[in-house]
Amino acid sequence: MNKTWWKILGSVLVIYTAIAGLLLGVPRLPILNESIRNLYFHVPMWFAMIVLFSISVFYSIKSLSSKSEIDDMKAVESVNAGIIFGLLGLVTGAIWAKYTWGQFWSFDPKQNFAAISVLLYFAYLILRNAIDEEQKRAKISAIYNIFAFPMMVVLLFVLPRLKDSLHPGNGGNPGFNSYDLDSRMRMVFYPACLGWILIGYWVYTIRFRLRSIENKQQHN
Amino acid sequence: MKKILFSLILMLTTVQLFAQDNGVEMADKLRSDGKIYVVVACIVIILLGLLAYLFSIDKRLKKIEKENLPKN
Repeated sequence: MNKTWWKILGSVLVIYTAIAGLLLGVPRLPILNESIRNLYFHVPMWFAMIVLFSISVFYSIKSLSSKSEIDDMKAVESVNAGIIFGLLGLVTGAIWAKYTWGQFWSFDPKQNFAAISVLLYFAYLILRNAIDEEQKRAKISAIYNIFAFPMMVVLLFVLPRLKDSLHPGNGGNPGFNSYDLDSRMRMVFYPACLGWILIGYWVYTIRFRLRSIENKQQHN
Repeated sequence: MKKILFSLILMLTTVQLFAQDNGVEMADKLRSDGKIYVVVACIVIILLGLLAYLFSIDKRLKKIEKENLPKN
């Protein structure tokens, strides 16, 4: 993944979604109105976050068996990059909620659980900072991460579905199916997700490369 | 070839069927006034700027990597 083609692909896709997402046609729906276009910008943040956290849990498991410092650094930096996208997802969701649900934060199950799942990963970073010994830190935080990941999945995708939520796809809500089935929206939504995932992965690689140089200089 | 072209034209004519007005308020006026393009231009410039910045960080990082991690 040291090549540049995927970075350019990600950039092109993100710029494409900014243009096509604002100019192409969307379904006419009451309450949502033009804010339906937020689907192209709000949802990909969460997809990018989930992909980055999946990378993190993968390297956490790997670091437990390999005991390699590099795997541990990869796990931290992908969480660091993923949290940015999680926070952006929360803020954009709150703004969208203000104009469709009436309040920035209506203590909707989806909002609450999404906030808790971001906090889970803050706890991961705090846990790491609390341990000075490197081997111990790598092991304990890797195990924490392995537990945090399924918790995040449950908080985002299972628990909100069991409660009444205003968020599409949860509770008594019919979900985004009716919009997703719209082929015009799919043409922007899928490239948007792929584009932001690639940008997120890029940010993670930059963070990891910086960290490995810092690490090398500390050891010298 | 003609058949494909003909069916393509027929498909294109159905596109306008999607644009029917069912009384839901959308930013039609904004679009017809052309002002939405201003917003799109701004967003694209911001994104281009940020992405170019990301590329330049990447380039600088590559240089530092060459100095610090010779085997890679």
